[in-house]
Amino acid sequence: MTVPVAWDENLAVELITERSALEGAMLPILHALQEKFGYVDSRAVAIVANTLNVSRAEVFGTISFYHDFKRQPPLGRTIKLCRAEACQARGAEELAAHLENSEGVQIDGGYHNGVRVETAFCLGNCALGPNALFDGDIFGKLDPQSLSELYAAASRKAGARQ
Amino acid sequence: MSIRVYIPRDAAALSVGAEAVAEAFRREAATRGQTVEIVRNGSRGMMWLEPLVEVETDQGRIAYGPVSARDVASLLEAGALQGGDHALRLGPTDQLDWMKRQQRLTFERIGVIDPLSLADYCAHGGLKGLKAALAMTPADVVEQVRLSGLRGRGGAGFPAGIKWKTVHDAAADRKYVVCNADEGDSGTFADRMIFEGDPFMLIEGMAIAAYAVGATKGFIYLRSEYPHAATAMESALNSAKQAGWIGRDAFGRGKPFDLELRIGAGAYICGEETSLLESLEGKRGIVRAKPPLPALSGLFGKPTLINNVLTLAAVPYILAEGGKSYADFGMGRSRGTLPVQLGGNVLHGGLIELAFGVSLREIIEGFGGGTASGRPIRAVQVGGPLGAYITEKELDLPMDYETLAANRAMLGHGGIVVFDDTVDMAKMARFAFHFCAKESCGKCTPCRIGATRGEETVAKIIAGTNVEANIAIVRDLCDVMTAGSLCAHGGLTPMPVLSAIDRFPEDFVPAERKTAAE
Repeated sequence: MTVPVAWDENLAVELITERSALEGAMLPILHALQEKFGYVDSRAVAIVANTLNVSRAEVFGTISFYHDFKRQPPLGRTIKLCRAEACQARGAEELAAHLENSEGVQIDGGYHNGVRVETAFCLGNCALGPNALFDGDIFGKLDPQSLSELYAAASRKAGARQ
Repeated sequence: MSIRVYIPRDAAALSVGAEAVAEAFRREAATRGQTVEIVRNGSRGMMWLEPLVEVETDQGRIAYGPVSARDVASLLEAGALQGGDHALRLGPTDQLDWMKRQQRLTFERIGVIDPLSLADYCAHGGLKGLKAALAMTPADVVEQVRLSGLRGRGGAGFPAGIKWKTVHDAAADRKYVVCNADEGDSGTFADRMIFEGDPFMLIEGMAIAAYAVGATKGFIYLRSEYPHAATAMESALNSAKQAGWIGRDAFGRGKPFDLELRIGAGAYICGEETSLLESLEGKRGIVRAKPPLPALSGLFGKPTLINNVLTLAAVPYILAEGGKSYADFGMGRSRGTLPVQLGGNVLHGGLIELAFGVSLREIIEGFGGGTASGRPIRAVQVGGPLGAYITEKELDLPMDYETLAANRAMLGHGGIVVFDDTVDMAKMARFAFHFCAKESCGKCTPCRIGATRGEETVAKIIAGTNVEANIAIVRDLCDVMTAGSLCAHGGLTPMPVLSAIDRFPEDFVPAERKTAAE
């Protein structure tokens, strides 16, 4: 994962313009902004709207619709923990409760020790759950110990960046 | 001479340490002065054996698994590079019972070849379908697909040939072909395995589809939860472009076909085809009312062929071998093979491709070996989060669209999730509503509000408040959602809910009675 940079309007304009000729350019643009800055800054909304000749409401509406697009700069790192049926059948709920109790983190709450744990619904590894996704890597067959280790590693990485 | 070793790069294998195993093989082989050529293949689909390492020997490919990085030194000591004996040695991969009992048409190459090598793809029968298609008229290609009896593998099971013909017959200046790779259903991973294990097959299927319906542009819409699949497909697309089978002259005589990979943004609803099209257009993924059908007015208002990954991936075989030879597999109106994805609380989970008609019991007990926990099977959810929960007694039902539908269940995308006897079905019913509410696009009221009210009402049932009256409310609500929702998201959420209430009524009795009964 690339480390997000601080908001920079010129850079944003560049990212947006580069992709503006694509058919249905909105999602590729929002992904590029999110990838670069770690979130989609509200200052980007007007630029995207002008470039794609759509209303600001349409841009804002698109950003707010999708779970992936964040509107605030990240305060740390995010672990996506799968809690869909197949992982539930392999103990994902007990694992989630364990993580909340042992680490004091609230799932889908805020950052705690630099880490946010987000619920995901299916990471496509349903025979080897419970699963989590962190930093583009997938972790299967999680148990209380390996999940706590992953949480600690994420927390260290979050600390290293600040 | 260098020895070829296969170590999967499939996300399932990576999730249990395949990267570290590959690293250990490189290191340990080097210290012993042995040269190994490590091929990062897809997964054979035997997930409980991942990371599954295969060594190419005179006796064929010998499998070892599950291998951890710690095992590598002892494997090399035991002469694993020559197929030597070891506690983890499973024997020749092709002779393993799990592999031998399958009928792999779509998954034939997966786990076998180097997924990113175009040469390997062609050496294993790749591109035969596209070449055969280009030698026919587009109408004849459509006819082969119709003959094959192929039905949409995304869940609805609509005959692919009819959809293709509709787009083929539509007159327009521009047409699109779109691949729905927003595989969000829990318990499904076949699409992901194709992206990571044989991406060229999907590209070939899409090229055939584009040629058949007269499309010049294609989009693959992949969910963002699959970063490894995205990387593999990006690389495959580049190779296909360089080789010229995508681009300005893709179909010869100056006929272009351009193909782009697009990544979703974490919205389950975008697996619904009209919502996916909205998303591709750059909008909120709000479901469209049908008609007009996407086949006539789809992406940017143009005729659009939109099919699931498994549907398009079946096409190269159909064109290479003929529609009839595909239709020879299967039962009733379900022709061909179905890649079944077995997951959840199961001992031996993974990918099983078989002709339609095999019983659920054969899959879950025969292949799966029962639960992973060793406890009795209590419930099985077939067809994703919107599929019905069925009981252990019903496992003799065959995997067939019509038979399952007649038994108040559905096949969906072929995902099977097994639960043992610790499952609380009232909680699963609540979860079905919760998931529906979380992922509803919000356009129609039955889904947007019904799901939230449903979750609250099941919570009351779980708490033991007015249980019978609240069950009646849930049933009424399910009626409204089934009949009044715009798409399958709200329309099918009642499936898991009602199947839980009807088939597992003992989980919906007031808490005090439940305690008394125990």
